[in-house]
Amino acid sequence: MANYSSNQFKNGLKVMIDGDPCNMVDVEFVKPGKGQAFTRVKLRNLLTGRIWERTFKSNESVEGADVMDRDMEYLYFDGEMWHFMEPESFDQVAADENAVADAKLWLKEQDKVMVTLFNGNPIAVTPPNFVELEVVETDPGLKGDTAQGGSKPATLSTGAVVRVPLFINQGEVLKIDTRTGDYVSRA
Amino acid sequence: MNPTQWQPTASVDNLKRRAEVLAQIRQFFARRGVMEVDTPVMSHCAVSDPFIDTIETAYRPHFQAEAQVLYLQTSPEYAMKRLLAAGSGPIYQMAKAFRNGEYGKRHNPEFTMLEWYRPGFDDQQLMDEVEALVSEVLGDVAISHYSYGELFQHYLGLDPHQADARQLAAVTRQHIEIELDDDDPDTWLNLLMSHVIEPALASRGAVFVHDYPASQAALAKVKTGQDGTEVAARFELFVNGIELANGYHELTDAAEQQARLLKDQRSREQLGLPCRPLEMRLVAALESGMPECAGVALGVDRLVMMALGTSNIRDVLAFPLNRA
Repeated sequence: MANYSSNQFKNGLKVMIDGDPCNMVDVEFVKPGKGQAFTRVKLRNLLTGRIWERTFKSNESVEGADVMDRDMEYLYFDGEMWHFMEPESFDQVAADENAVADAKLWLKEQDKVMVTLFNGNPIAVTPPNFVELEVVETDPGLKGDTAQGGSKPATLSTGAVVRVPLFINQGEVLKIDTRTGDYVSRA
Repeated sequence: MNPTQWQPTASVDNLKRRAEVLAQIRQFFARRGVMEVDTPVMSHCAVSDPFIDTIETAYRPHFQAEAQVLYLQTSPEYAMKRLLAAGSGPIYQMAKAFRNGEYGKRHNPEFTMLEWYRPGFDDQQLMDEVEALVSEVLGDVAISHYSYGELFQHYLGLDPHQADARQLAAVTRQHIEIELDDDDPDTWLNLLMSHVIEPALASRGAVFVHDYPASQAALAKVKTGQDGTEVAARFELFVNGIELANGYHELTDAAEQQARLLKDQRSREQLGLPCRPLEMRLVAALESGMPECAGVALGVDRLVMMALGTSNIRDVLAFPLNRA
C-alpha cells in the first residue's frame, strides 16, 4: 500500500497504526503562532472500534491500509458465520460475530449491505439506513388507537426488539431506522 | 479543480458581516489617529522564523529573462518596522499574508492579517487596546490575564521556564500520543500549549497569555519577570481556546535583532530547511533608531469567525485554497 504523508491526511483515510487498520475520523492542522506544525488526528481502530487521538509531525508518513467498502448481498447465517455475496462477481465472503456485531439485528436475506474488507477479509458490516422487517411477536393491537399514546415492544423476524405504536399487529412489515433502532412507519 | 465548485464557501450574509468587521476596524483606527499603510506583499527577503515557510514567486523583467525569486510576506512586520524607523508614527495595516502548508479548519495559506504598531506603548498598554478593538467587534469582552508560567503550573504542575526537554517530554507523553524525539524544550512547550492548555482555555472565554519563555521571544524584548527569570515581553490572545493575536513590546536593539536573525538561519541550516535572504534592512532601520513601541498581529479571518460563531475558516472566506 501507498504511504501517506501527514499533509495528505483527510477524513476517511484508512491507515495502518500499530498493525491495525484505522479510519481517520477527524484531522486537524495544529500550528502554534511560533513553533512547528503538527497534525492531530482522531482515529478509529476498525478492528476494535476504539477511538483515540494521535499527533503526527509535519513530515511524518504512515502506511495506507488495504481497506475497502463493498456493496454486497446478505445470503444466510449458517449458525456460526454470516455469508455475503458481491452481486456482479458472485464472490462470497463469510463474516464472524465480531465483524457483524450489532448489524446482525438488521440483516434480512437478499438485502444490500456494505461490507468492509481488510486484506480481503470482512471486518465490519453496515446495514442500509432503513430496513423493512416483519413483526413475529407483539401484544395484540388496540382498535382505534392510531394517533397517539403509548408504545409496546415488538420482536422482528431477525430477533431485534423495537418499540412500536400500540396499533401494530403481528405479521405486519415495519420500516426501521438501523442507526437508532427506532420504528419509522408501516412499510 | 472542480468546475462545478464555482460558488463561494462563505454565504453572502457572512461576507456582509466580514465587510462590516473590516469597516469597524478601519473606523477604530481612524478615531485613534493611527495611519493605515500599505506595504508590498512581495519582497526580496523572507521571514527568518524556521517554522514559517514562505511562498516563493518568480519575477521576470521580461518574459524570456531569468526569473528572480521574490517572497510573499508571511506578515507585514519587517516593512512596517522600516516605516516606524522612518518616522511614520502609529500605523496599522490589513494585509494578505501567505504561509506555505498552513491549511486546515482554522488556517488558509492566504489569509488576512491586521497588524498595528504603537510608539510609546508597552505590551500592557497594547493589550488594553486589543481588548478595546475586540470588544468593538464582538461586543463587550472582558479579557482575563494569565502568565505563561501560571498556566503551566495550573494545568500541568510544571515550571516552563525551568523544566528541561527530558522532563517536558515525559509530561507531554502523559497527555499526547506522538512519536517524537527532540531536545528543544520549546517543541514540547508548544505541543503542551496547543494540545493541552489551548483546549482548556476554551471554557475561559477571552484570555491574554503573557510573559512567554525568553526562548520564544521572536521579535519581542526580553525582560526580567516577577520572580527574576527572564521572560519575553510577548502576549497572545486566545478566544474560546483559539489563538487570535500575538503581540510584542518590540525589540529595538539592532545588534540583538541581527543576532536573532542569524540564529534562526543557523537553526534552518541544522534542520535542513531552506535558507532564504535575511531582512538586514530591518537591522539597519533599528540601527538608525526605531522608536520604542509595541506591536501586534491579529487574524482577521478568525475575528470574523468569532463574530459569526463559526469554527471553520471556510465559512468566512469567499474562496479558500481548494476553490481559489
